[in-house]
Amino acid sequence: MERPEGDVPAADLPSIIELSPDEVRRSRSDALTSAGVVRKADKLLEVRGLKTQFFTADGIIQAVDDVSFDVDYGETLGLVGESGCGKSVTALSIARLVPDPPGKIVAGQILFDGIDVLSLSNEAMRKLRGKEIGFIFQDPLTSLNPTLTIGYQIGESIREHMGLSEKAARDRIVELLAKVGIPRPADRLKDYPHQFSGGMRQRVMIAIALSCDPKLLLADEPTTALDVTIQAQILELIQTLSSEFGTAVLLITHDLGIAAGMCHRVNVMYAGRIVETATVDDMFENPRMPYAWGLLDSLPRIDDIRGAKLRTIEGMPPLLISPPDACRFGPRCRYVRDVCREDEPELTVRAGEGHLARCWATEPGGWIS
Amino acid sequence: MATNATVLEGRLAKPKQSAGLWSDAFGRLRKNRLAILGLVLVILLLSAGLFGPIVAPWDYKVQDLQAIFANGNRPLPPFSPGHLFGTDSLGRDLLSRMLDGARISVTVAFVVQIVILGIGVPIGALAGWFGGRLDNALMRFVDVIYAFPDLLFIILLSVAFRETAFGQALDGLFLVFVAIGLVSWVTVARLVRGQILALKETEFVEAARAIGVSDRRIVVRHLLPNGISPIIVAVTLGIPSAILAEATLAFIGVGVQPPRASWGSLIADGEKYVRGDPHLVLFPAVAIALALIGFTFLGDGLRDALDPKLKGKQ
Amino acid sequence: MITFIARRILWIIPVLFTVSIITFILMHSVPGGPWDRDKRLPEGVQARLNAQYGLDQPLYSQYINWAGGFVQGNLGPSYRYQDRTVNNIVADGIGTTVQLGVMAFILAVLVGIPLGIFAALGHNRWPDYLSTSVSVVGIATPSFVLAILLIVFFAVQLRWFPTSGWKGPQYWVLPTIALAGFPIAQIARYTRASMLEVTRKDYIRTAQSKGLRNRAVVIRHMVRNALIPVVTILGPILAFLVTGSFIIETIFAIPGIGRYYITAIGTRDYSLLMAMTMLYAFAVAFLNVIVDVLYAYIDPRIRYS
Repeated sequence: MERPEGDVPAADLPSIIELSPDEVRRSRSDALTSAGVVRKADKLLEVRGLKTQFFTADGIIQAVDDVSFDVDYGETLGLVGESGCGKSVTALSIARLVPDPPGKIVAGQILFDGIDVLSLSNEAMRKLRGKEIGFIFQDPLTSLNPTLTIGYQIGESIREHMGLSEKAARDRIVELLAKVGIPRPADRLKDYPHQFSGGMRQRVMIAIALSCDPKLLLADEPTTALDVTIQAQILELIQTLSSEFGTAVLLITHDLGIAAGMCHRVNVMYAGRIVETATVDDMFENPRMPYAWGLLDSLPRIDDIRGAKLRTIEGMPPLLISPPDACRFGPRCRYVRDVCREDEPELTVRAGEGHLARCWATEPGGWIS
Repeated sequence: MATNATVLEGRLAKPKQSAGLWSDAFGRLRKNRLAILGLVLVILLLSAGLFGPIVAPWDYKVQDLQAIFANGNRPLPPFSPGHLFGTDSLGRDLLSRMLDGARISVTVAFVVQIVILGIGVPIGALAGWFGGRLDNALMRFVDVIYAFPDLLFIILLSVAFRETAFGQALDGLFLVFVAIGLVSWVTVARLVRGQILALKETEFVEAARAIGVSDRRIVVRHLLPNGISPIIVAVTLGIPSAILAEATLAFIGVGVQPPRASWGSLIADGEKYVRGDPHLVLFPAVAIALALIGFTFLGDGLRDALDPKLKGKQ
Repeated sequence: MITFIARRILWIIPVLFTVSIITFILMHSVPGGPWDRDKRLPEGVQARLNAQYGLDQPLYSQYINWAGGFVQGNLGPSYRYQDRTVNNIVADGIGTTVQLGVMAFILAVLVGIPLGIFAALGHNRWPDYLSTSVSVVGIATPSFVLAILLIVFFAVQLRWFPTSGWKGPQYWVLPTIALAGFPIAQIARYTRASMLEVTRKDYIRTAQSKGLRNRAVVIRHMVRNALIPVVTILGPILAFLVTGSFIIETIFAIPGIGRYYITAIGTRDYSLLMAMTMLYAFAVAFLNVIVDVLYAYIDPRIRYS
């Protein structure tokens, strides 16, 4: 067996440039123009009241329960939460890849580039997938087909959607492999996934996802399965390429730190619902939901006292079979009061641009200010 | 699939650790309709084997000469008075002979597995536990046996020892058990070895060693109980093979000796009359089919129930 | 890869050696000899025949004589068919036996694999039930029963095919089906289980996320991967076809070599019996090597070294 390639050292890759929100917006529209992205609608992606459920022997699991959010053209939006909170199912729903049975999208609307995704025929949806919507999955070890060469696997969507000649398709594959940082790309087309390291395989996944120049990239925990040093490289690669291509990214992660480094705005999900949405700065400076505090607190810090225990959020999220009509985070919340147990709060406006939170305690007149 | 959906399902499963592997497996088995059908068929076969001779209307070797004479020396058809399944050409009651055949099949089903376990478990356990040269030698031997054309070997063994006292024991059945067992133990030996190798590395064996428990005790008390479920599955799925091998032997006339009849020899006898009296072939054929289906479904069900991860891998 | 194949082929030699020793000992422990006939031959004639064929020598030198001939390709004289050598008998029949086995194998693969695939794609719908029913009939019907039933229905009742013989394509149909029945069922069962397993894999979701046509996902991504474990059961299935053919040959009176096996045991035709056992053992061992090579070929992760 050939030795897997080592990953490129982080120093070889361009570093992230720190920008203010205004600069971000300006640079985004510049990037969109230079990448040739045409706005067909107000937002690239509008998700409204999405409900996705799984019909199991034990009951109906309400994995995604009335979720709404937007993604602007070229924007990177974070979707953050613990595993099982419904963030991956949200992404699968957008691409209509929820395994059916047992899963089903039971309500809601998804507008992608002005197209009503849920009313498309299967055939029209298929033509959207891979072409306009790219998908990166969590585990690069299992997400690539072990019996097909990576050249073939990258070429599949190109041949399916772009109508290139065999030669042009091959050139594009080599170009993509070079772009995602695979050394000697032309020599590696005939290699199989097992001949690549984990980080290199995730680079191949990125090449697949971006192969047809999609408008939206759904990145579902793209670095969770990777070593920490390689995580940073992969994230930078996603960031660099998405701004080069003008691709919007829905970044799904359980790690607020990753979202902070990558995203313009962040949605926090808990137990199938969005519980807080804000710009990254607002989310870090002024989080308005105790769950978000917990998430922020559980990030390890460089200035932590050595030997101090990692902070965790006590308890487990509720089962999603028959969620109570109450704050779903209530049972784990330190600030819980009777009203939280009796009535579920709505997402309501907080101070800051587009800042919403679902919490009785931080609403005007609440007991936390 | 590593989406949230599976994570959710996993979390939904009520914590049942205390109930243990077996009741958990039984719960899964009960939900599997094919496995339950298999279980019912197996129980039917077992009762036929155990109580057959008691409930049988006739002795399996008694000839109803009067009836056969009245029928022009031809086998009686099914639903004849006194003979629900009819008779063979010698006037022997087919139902009673099939019930005796059920007894043979049941005995074969279980005794052969005992022979297989008796050879396979010690060899596999020795190889797996001591490793090294012994393992190498034993596994090479297993490879050789595995490459044997087994049915031919069973036939050769059966014929070779047919005339000896050992070949005559239990109407020739004893020889059948030994012959089938001698060529079929390799799967179990390999499984046991694999299980032992895997479990040898686990922590609790280290722990047991550290506190000075003897090797033999580790194998008997710790390793075998833990590695037992794949072996149960292999044994259950080995039963239909044994039944099939016995029927084949009987069909070609080297298995159980007349006047006793296994389902295979009933079919061989009936073959001559199959044009006029197809029931002589069909009834025993259906009996074999039900027995094979029963054990196969039960084995598949057990496999899925005992280790959901094994599904489709056996 | 080449060293792997070479090593596997060399491994056949000790296997054949062990098989020959065991068979030889067993065979000679069977009471009686090749000269037992309905009418007993006079003692003197028997002694003369024994001397002529070397049967009066001690067992080990008989074995050495046999092995010496075997290595040079001389399978010895037939004791039963005295005007023919075992080489003649094998040469006459082996083509037919191989043909039957190959046809049954092709039929089993061509029917079993699609049956398993359709069952998995139509999981819990009618294709699944149809395929499962066929599998159940296949595992529940021993080949000799299937042979008899096929003869009764298609040869005797419907008169579509002849009952026995091997004189042309219409003679091939029933024996091939009878021999392929069990393998079809096994292959279909494994293919179905393997397909259902593959359907849940992450890389299938990846393939779907590329917007490929359903057919491409099924053929390129599912079937190819699902067939890898199926290849592992081809070894036992080929062994079944090889050793199972003699019953089918006997029932259909097919002039292959298989039907000699039982008569050779019965008539103590030592050299014929040895030749048959060695042929079957070689076929099983050799086909297993081919299956292993095929396995490495379709699964790029496996590279024997």
